Amino acid sequence: MADSGSEDIAVIGNTDLTPSESENNIKNAKKPMIEKGTSLLKRMEISVAEAEKRTGKNTVNMQETYTVYLIETRPVDAALEGTNPVPDSLWRRYSEFELLRNYLLVTYPFVVVPPLPEKRAEFVWHKLSADNMDPDFVERRRVGLENFLLRVASHPVLSYDKILYSFLTEENGWKENVFETGFQAKADSRLKALNATFRVKNPDKRFADMKHYGDDLQSVISQLLRVRARAADRLYGVYKVHGNYGRVFSEWSAIEKEMGDGLQSAGHHMDAYAASVDDILEEEEHYADQLKEYLFYADSLRAVCKKHELTQYELEMTAQDLTSKKQQREELATGTVRTFSLKGMTSKLFGQETTEQREAKLKMLETQIEEGEELVKERNAECEEFVKSAWVDVEMFKEQKDRDLREALISYAIMQISMCKKGIQVWNNAKECFSKM
Amino acid sequence: MMSGSVIDNTMSSGNSSVAIPADISGHISDLDEDDDLEVFSKNTTLTDGSSFNASMQTSPGSMVNQYKFEEEEEDGDAKDIFVTVDNPESHVTAIETYITYRVVTKTTRSEFDSSQFEVRRRYQDFLWLRGRLEEAHPMLIVHPLPEKFVMKGMVERFNEGFIETRRRALHRFLNKIAEHPIFSSTEDFKIFLTVEAGELTSHRKQGPGFLSRMGETVRAVAATVRGVRNQPEEFTVMQEYVESFNQKMSSLDKITQRIYRERKEYLEELKECGPAYMLWSNSEEELAEPLKSMAGCLDRCCKETEEQVKQLNDNLIPALHEYVLSTETLKAVLKRRDNIQAEVEAKTDALATKKAEKEVESKVLSLAWDSLVGRSPEEVKQQKRQKLAGEIKEMKDELDKMEDRLEWANNTLKGDWSRWQKVMRTDLRSAFIDTAERNVNYYEKCLAVWESFLFSQRAEGEGSGRVDSS
Repeated sequence: MADSGSEDIAVIGNTDLTPSESENNIKNAKKPMIEKGTSLLKRMEISVAEAEKRTGKNTVNMQETYTVYLIETRPVDAALEGTNPVPDSLWRRYSEFELLRNYLLVTYPFVVVPPLPEKRAEFVWHKLSADNMDPDFVERRRVGLENFLLRVASHPVLSYDKILYSFLTEENGWKENVFETGFQAKADSRLKALNATFRVKNPDKRFADMKHYGDDLQSVISQLLRVRARAADRLYGVYKVHGNYGRVFSEWSAIEKEMGDGLQSAGHHMDAYAASVDDILEEEEHYADQLKEYLFYADSLRAVCKKHELTQYELEMTAQDLTSKKQQREELATGTVRTFSLKGMTSKLFGQETTEQREAKLKMLETQIEEGEELVKERNAECEEFVKSAWVDVEMFKEQKDRDLREALISYAIMQISMCKKGIQVWNNAKECFSKM
Repeated sequence: MMSGSVIDNTMSSGNSSVAIPADISGHISDLDEDDDLEVFSKNTTLTDGSSFNASMQTSPGSMVNQYKFEEEEEDGDAKDIFVTVDNPESHVTAIETYITYRVVTKTTRSEFDSSQFEVRRRYQDFLWLRGRLEEAHPMLIVHPLPEKFVMKGMVERFNEGFIETRRRALHRFLNKIAEHPIFSSTEDFKIFLTVEAGELTSHRKQGPGFLSRMGETVRAVAATVRGVRNQPEEFTVMQEYVESFNQKMSSLDKITQRIYRERKEYLEELKECGPAYMLWSNSEEELAEPLKSMAGCLDRCCKETEEQVKQLNDNLIPALHEYVLSTETLKAVLKRRDNIQAEVEAKTDALATKKAEKEVESKVLSLAWDSLVGRSPEEVKQQKRQKLAGEIKEMKDELDKMEDRLEWANNTLKGDWSRWQKVMRTDLRSAFIDTAERNVNYYEKCLAVWESFLFSQRAEGEGSGRVDSS
């Protein structure tokens, strides 16, 4: 159980940031995220160090095997002081990460929440296992989970969350904490909202564009991942077939006199060539993971836009309601029926209401209008608030995305260069051996 | 005029000449026909006929001569005949459609009437030539021809790729013949290279061909039935080698074809990657440039992969395939030698039997019949003895001839075998070296593509104030 000092906890506990404060934080966070910022990550080293298999009984009392991940935390100051204490640690499984994320999604609807690594292996190619227990998959997931934590812990808003802190430091009792927040009730309505379609009268163009961008991003990255996986599959085949040369050269060299040595050594290089593809493609998988992260980020982005739409819609509905109530008041006061209403009809048919009844109704309407105006003001403020915070986060996300993806492209190029250099070396060696044939 | 491709072809099929300078990249384009010849040998000029090595010149058709296979000059000093096959053309007649190829010969040899010839030949003509050479020199190893068209897959007979592959193979075939000390001086080869198409057809119809072949075949079949009793060890070793060699070549052929297929499939997938990045770049602002750049890089890598795939198909695959086909020839030659030995053994046996008969005859007096016929015993004995002696002498002469023939066959075969091995070694070595070089070249080009991408991105990165971590 990590406890780096009471002064830290006080800061962490503060989730009510005024817009100006959060703006301040965001300015700080414009610098490379992982390094600076007033976020949790500055005070605490976080890593997902290991993964282990466990077996246990699940909710329906059946044996299941699952993987747990070791989260290690250590106060940054301690490391700087040079004492290098043993980090605090606890084990979490993937479903707990999911729970944390769902909580964050619901609690901070204006934030583009970082995604988790994929639940199941997708975009696999033949050698890559789709098995969740496969050690390579587990390793890549470990990296992805660490990445998730680092992103969340360095986010100007998310990093201050109490539940996050609890997730990182309290092995037991964390789940109770989460459920106590009552986020699950909100979760359901959020889900409904995400899937609902409603027409907004004055859509904010920026958010509409962002939503389209999110859709596009999802579709192009999916396409790219598919294509890349197929190409990787083929490349694997090309390299591996060369391994056969090694075997046959060796056999052939046995029946030749002068050609034997050259062939034999060339064969070894062919084996090396065939073997080299495993590392090459393993590295490329990391690149694919980087792309996948942004594929999933697109979902978060869309969610924020959708939430904005909902907020806007609710505002519009409230305003509409107020307008109609005002209209009713006017009708009642002036005695004119401008719009058709059942009440109007019945009153026409069955006679006018008494003055008392009218007075009572007017009074009720007045109250409702007052409340309505308050509500509209509230909703307006909410909307404005949301737009401001969300847009700040969206801008930050854009910058981060551009940076990260550019780095990813560069790292891909570096990988290709390394692959080419290996290829040059192997074939030059082979050529030398062939010359000795 | 396909002179460009002629030059390309002779340069890239490393097994068609004896010596190729290490760096021929400068020779690829803009060569006229004379410069083309330079590639084969630095020392030969067209006017110098005296460089022809006397030991390589033997009177064609003579089977009794011993062929001397001294250490051949591999530096191509003696090369005085150059043959190219190019310019395929389609011919349509009422009965059939077929392809002819242009065969150009340049030579300084005195037995040729002129120094340059140009004729058109079709596949059948090549088949004829090869058949003639095999028949005239049964103990020599003739290079294989590309196979007849086999209805494999959906490849059309007149598919451009098929024709080009065949053309290259025919070119290699003629060059192998031209490089062979005996084949290149045969009358048949000369006729093939010089005679007009119409005349060739009539030549083809003449010639010993069918009947003598029948005679040979009958003897051969009889010999096969008998089999060889005491195959000398060196030929047993050769036979085993041929068996293993065949297996290895077939495996290598299969492996290489598989690599070719996999590379092609990889290329197909790779072709989709560039467009995917391009599509993405349409949705981005800051990222648009690097994404477009990525797409460009991948497209360039595709082009390089295409080149690489083509070169595999043009060089290594045909080279390996030809050596797979060669094993049939090797087996046939060994079989023919065995047949001669079998005949010798049979004749030896028959002679021994006859001699034994003679021994017996001198002891038996079949007087009864002879007195019936009215001849005196002594006369009859004398006649019989003379007859047997005559037969024995005849058989002995034949056996001597046969034994000579066997000795000749053994030496010829051994000689050509060692020549064939040298050529095989050169051919396959250079085919593999060539392939390795192409692969190095491929990776070098791709490396340059990605390094230029990095360079452009880093320059961009530094411009916007970011510090890249390497």
